[in-house]
Amino acid sequence: MSSHSDESGKKLGMWLFLYTEIILFGGLFVLYAVYFVRYASDFIEGGKELNILFGVVNTIILLISSFSVAAAITAIQKKEKKMAVTGLATGLLCGLVFLVNKYFEWSHKIDSGIFPNSEKLVDGPVGQNIFFGLYYVITGLHGIHIIIGMALLFISLVFVQTGKITHERFSLAENSGLYWHLVDLIWIFIFPLFYLVI
Amino acid sequence: METVKSFFETPSPARFKGIWSWLLTTDHKRIGLMYLFSILFWFLLAVLLGGVIRLELMFQGETFISAEVYNSLFTLHGVIMIFLFIIPALPAVFGNFFLPMQIGTDDVFFPKLNLLSWYLYMAGGIIAIISLFSDGFPDTGWTFYVPFSISTHTNVSTAVFAAFVLGIASMLTGLNFITTIHRMRKKQMGWMQIPLFTWSLYATSWVQLLATPVVSITLLLVIIERYVGVGLFDPSRGGDPILYQHLFWMYSHPAVYIMILPGMGVISEIIPVFSRKSIFGYKAIVASSMAIAIAGSLVWAHHMYTSGMSDTAIFVFSLLTFVVAIPSAIKVFSWVATLYKGSIQMTPPLFLALCFIYLFSVGGLTGLVLGAAGTDIYVHDTHFVVAHFHFTMFGGTGFAFFAALHYWWPKMFGRMYDFKKAYIGAILLTGGFMFHYVPMFILGLQGMPRRYFDYLPQYAKGNFFAGFGAAFMIIGIFLMVINLLITLRKPMDAKADPWGGTTLEWQTPSPPPLHNFVTEPCVLDYPYDFTGVVKKYSKNTKGE
Repeated sequence: MSSHSDESGKKLGMWLFLYTEIILFGGLFVLYAVYFVRYASDFIEGGKELNILFGVVNTIILLISSFSVAAAITAIQKKEKKMAVTGLATGLLCGLVFLVNKYFEWSHKIDSGIFPNSEKLVDGPVGQNIFFGLYYVITGLHGIHIIIGMALLFISLVFVQTGKITHERFSLAENSGLYWHLVDLIWIFIFPLFYLVI
Repeated sequence: METVKSFFETPSPARFKGIWSWLLTTDHKRIGLMYLFSILFWFLLAVLLGGVIRLELMFQGETFISAEVYNSLFTLHGVIMIFLFIIPALPAVFGNFFLPMQIGTDDVFFPKLNLLSWYLYMAGGIIAIISLFSDGFPDTGWTFYVPFSISTHTNVSTAVFAAFVLGIASMLTGLNFITTIHRMRKKQMGWMQIPLFTWSLYATSWVQLLATPVVSITLLLVIIERYVGVGLFDPSRGGDPILYQHLFWMYSHPAVYIMILPGMGVISEIIPVFSRKSIFGYKAIVASSMAIAIAGSLVWAHHMYTSGMSDTAIFVFSLLTFVVAIPSAIKVFSWVATLYKGSIQMTPPLFLALCFIYLFSVGGLTGLVLGAAGTDIYVHDTHFVVAHFHFTMFGGTGFAFFAALHYWWPKMFGRMYDFKKAYIGAILLTGGFMFHYVPMFILGLQGMPRRYFDYLPQYAKGNFFAGFGAAFMIIGIFLMVINLLITLRKPMDAKADPWGGTTLEWQTPSPPPLHNFVTEPCVLDYPYDFTGVVKKYSKNTKGE
């Protein structure tokens, strides 16, 4: 086996993978688009029930995390290990805060009787059932992606610490970073579609 | 050259021995062979299931299985054939083995990911088996249409999850191939010097990446609906079942091009080699592969003319479907034009390739009957459809698979098989095929629906005849496979280039060594330049 370390090849593979992730969410966004046309007023009513503050805070948190992860990658290239570790750790922490936020948001909704198959949704207007159905499915899937992204960031963090990721071989950290940015980017679309729908 | 150790004797990584040298290998050739044997297993199993279905249909009423078992059987036949055989067959077996060799490199770009894909493939297969033994296998057909797939009591979730896992495996293979083709080609090999099989895999891989995630999310939604009951496809809760069909076919129609494109690539390799003549219209074939990949992604709704769509949509999708026929026909034309005035050497792979051209053409033309909305309304969901897609999928991809198997078998295992038995098997298969599926065209035109357990008396004769065809086909398939498998007991004595091929995989011993090439392969300016081969062969005949 030739020990090729073709960094840009690895990045190409990662971009292809990210592309499949976009299509994965794309299927759900197609559903959203179709149902939005059909039940526009119900979607607007549903959007009013979501807490914009939660959404805004989570958006800011994810933007900060993306910045710090990007900074960490640059730090690795500049051989500033401490900076890199701090950046990745901040990213991880932000991810955690996001999930905690999401947990409170979901449990608040569930407490007020809004969850898939709940009486309130089943007996209420059908458009709202679809709106909240999509809300749970899309944010749930996004949450799973946050967890995967955090796992990748954590692995990168450990490898930077142990010296397996250096300024010469950092494609794992860079690809984890790319994944994290994608997860962030998807949220940037989810946020207006659900919280700011008018 | 004879002293070189083949990849069978040199495990990679070198520290593993015995069974582990296979199960933990990162060698693309070993992974390809592991795929080959697992895929053959599934294929033969599904062939036998299909045989049982036809046997049941030979006589009216319940012959020897109940209607419920019948429903599960055709679902199982479909799921195995689609997800475990046709989609992975050519890319995962021959793509893995020969793509790196055709571009003159020693492995795929992500060898470990390649092994992971194989494990995902096996996991998908095992999950499918598990669903058999818990609550019964689904009776939905391989399309898993809602609302039935959500309300039926059988174990749809597990089967759907199996398809989801298999989808990931196929996606990762596609990702791996694209990266390999971009980054690991020999420097001298430009885009217009890539062999056509590799080109077809490149087009296929893009479709795999483009389309598979859509079905992944759709299948996930079916599982979520079954467990949580969101109601996204349930009309009483505001959902729309037609949307499921759109999402499903957005993948599953491009998927038929995932199935057929590599098959076309195989035929484009075989025809010039045995005509001793460079392929007609290399660039046209390349362009048509890409055109099929692109246009094929835009025709999904032609499966849904009767489901309820606007007339405009039906018109557009019908038109696009006709557009896809053009690049397919260009390929058929190129193959036939390559044969014209070539010095044809008849061998089992060429025989199978010729059968492919005929059967695929019939399949393609009957596809237009279905693609035209006017005629489709009459034959939709009849046996006509069954016959059509078996002509393209089995007569197309299935025959290409067997052609590839006979073409590359000496390279993969270093052993030549008995031509006579291969011919007899292929003739039985093709004859049985015609006997089997042509009656179905007629039955379909007469109005016999697909997937029905029982039928009216006027359909008895056609179904009775089709049963005999099925028997011939099964005998032919087993004869061919056994003929190949018994060579494994013989010594490895096949020549490096038994056919006179020009692509790089023939420049190395059979079977190839671990790093594929003994000396650096030399890239021809034009991949199908046969002047050297013709010279070599004419010298041989003069000398003898």
